Amino acid sequence: MTIKLDPQLINTVPDADGRFGAYGGRFVSETLIAALAELDSVYRELSADPAFQRELDEDLAHYVGRPSPLYEARRLSDEIGGGRIHFKREDLNHTGAHKVNNTVGQALLAKHMGKPRVIAETGAGQHGVASATIAARLGLECHVFMGAEDVKRQSLNVYRMKLLGATVVPVTSGSRTLKDAMNEAMRDWVTNVDDTFYIIGTVAGPHPYPMLVRDFQCVIGREARAQCLAQTGQLPDALVACVGGGSNAIGLFHPFLQDEGVSMYGVEAGGEGLASGRHAAPLSAGTPGVLHGNRTYLMQDDDGQISETHSVSAGLDYPGVGPEHAWLKDIGRVNYVAVDDREALASFHRVTRTEGIMPALETAHALAYAEKLAASMRPDQHIVVNLSGRGDKDILTVADLDGIEL
Amino acid sequence: MSRIAGRFRELAAAGRTALVPYVVAGDPDPAATVPLLHALVAAGADVLELGVPFSDPMSEGPVIQRAHERSLAGGTRLRSVLELVREFRRDDPATPLLLMGYANPVEHMGYDVFADAAADAGVDGLLTVDIPPEEVARVNRELKRVAMDNIFLIAPTTPEARLDLITREASGFIYYVSLKGVTGAGNLDVADVSRHLARIRGHTGLPVCVGFGIKDAASAAAVAGTADGVVVGSALVDCHARALAEGLAPEAARERVVALVAEIRSGIDAAVAA
Repeated sequence: MTIKLDPQLINTVPDADGRFGAYGGRFVSETLIAALAELDSVYRELSADPAFQRELDEDLAHYVGRPSPLYEARRLSDEIGGGRIHFKREDLNHTGAHKVNNTVGQALLAKHMGKPRVIAETGAGQHGVASATIAARLGLECHVFMGAEDVKRQSLNVYRMKLLGATVVPVTSGSRTLKDAMNEAMRDWVTNVDDTFYIIGTVAGPHPYPMLVRDFQCVIGREARAQCLAQTGQLPDALVACVGGGSNAIGLFHPFLQDEGVSMYGVEAGGEGLASGRHAAPLSAGTPGVLHGNRTYLMQDDDGQISETHSVSAGLDYPGVGPEHAWLKDIGRVNYVAVDDREALASFHRVTRTEGIMPALETAHALAYAEKLAASMRPDQHIVVNLSGRGDKDILTVADLDGIEL
Repeated sequence: MSRIAGRFRELAAAGRTALVPYVVAGDPDPAATVPLLHALVAAGADVLELGVPFSDPMSEGPVIQRAHERSLAGGTRLRSVLELVREFRRDDPATPLLLMGYANPVEHMGYDVFADAAADAGVDGLLTVDIPPEEVARVNRELKRVAMDNIFLIAPTTPEARLDLITREASGFIYYVSLKGVTGAGNLDVADVSRHLARIRGHTGLPVCVGFGIKDAASAAAVAGTADGVVVGSALVDCHARALAEGLAPEAARERVVALVAEIRSGIDAAVAA
């Protein structure tokens, strides 16, 4: 797919009110408006400050371990026999996923704003671990809200957060997953807004979060673009990333949006299949609405109640999606597709066996789609997949799905 | 003049402070709501605030969250809330009633469709917690068309510069959130509330009601002298839910709530008279 895009268009979003076309905005209770306005103005000031940028770059280099490699998955590509698949190795970051790029950035903001306490929501636990990690390093008090259901299926990450000194708060309201954790984090923030910084883990939420999380994650795409040019002598033909809230995908896609020849695929969680209704794919099968401070595509019923989502991967189990993805879908720049639980699990095994890299189940959704895509491409074409996280946290789930008792 | 404005004018003339009880529609089932609303009016409510259940009630504390969950489990949806209001209106054409809820069910129905249906059912006002004035243009166009009031929250954190923006979009009354937190939390700082009310009144002639953190006759009485109205929510929802959990019949559970409302009513009246 090639799209004729006005290069300036990409730089116009979000507008001053945080809108990406019809999406985004700031749909929150009045109590939080002042805090969001303050965050917006501090962020705009600091992001233009070379000293802040230097501090961030140093952390990314020496604490996170950036740049992460761009790795050609030769055996996998050979086995499929089509386009060449490259992994952007975000799994090699400190804490094992792309999440830390953002938490390092937001924690620096918290430090500059003099907030001694940080809170975070988490689904699979990767963002919770990344937040607890950076809080430990900066000596900040950290509370992580996690759906009670996710606490059960991600016990390793729960223990990790506790080791790091964070308090993990199981959330028992609603569907007891990521969306409810986000509700509870918002409730905590509204109560403790004076001394607390809310580190949102994805490109959703009220303005300015979708913008600032995107900006912090764009390091992925900037590096990948330069690496691909250096290693293959050309830009990639396609980019593939999984989409829950959408932070790893926007981080990879955004620096390529003006490259007309680069097609992009955001892969949502198809759960038990789109036809079953039991999935977490709002862009593929949802409708626009308002949740968690922004207007975006949602999984909802005919009364506007948010639907429960289903996915093998806790990190994709979210009924909304970042507003910039909603916009990119509507303007036709990014293709959004879905991969079901079974396909993701198969890809988890295939990549583990052929490349010796165990991907997170979230990431396995992107890999499953990249395999299909590669099969339809020529060997002189290149696909970059965001290998957004490592799969150690998921091995109990995988064993369970495979019917193996450990 | 809207029913809400008219009621506040009558109260001001009589030197009374409004009592505004909040309950969630359909909690725990649709049959409970209309009798409860009539009972609240009989016990001294001046304006009724009816919660519209939502799957993700971000600004609510645990008591009202659970009420939303019970209501949804009992099958209540925005359309059936409007039917409950219509049923209430058959026997009470006078008491102003506003809906309080979240943006998505209203947006999903369509703001134009909602405005017509709500006005037709006898709703007088709408308070959407998560639609600040910056996002309200689409909603207000439709509400104004059917002469429905839009009630806005003002918080302790609201900067001076926003007060004009909010009061320009608001009608009916202003709802001052007495504390930083969710519904049903914390304790009231009366001096702080008075300071903020004075600040708000510098920007608007609309009546100002105070809510969040008012749980009994004493806390209601404490703000009754400075506020034009007192909103009580979590305390009533909790009282009702506990009574039902004890196994009381619906009528008996309602009587518990009525007793609490009557107590708060006399607390308010005594404070205003003093």
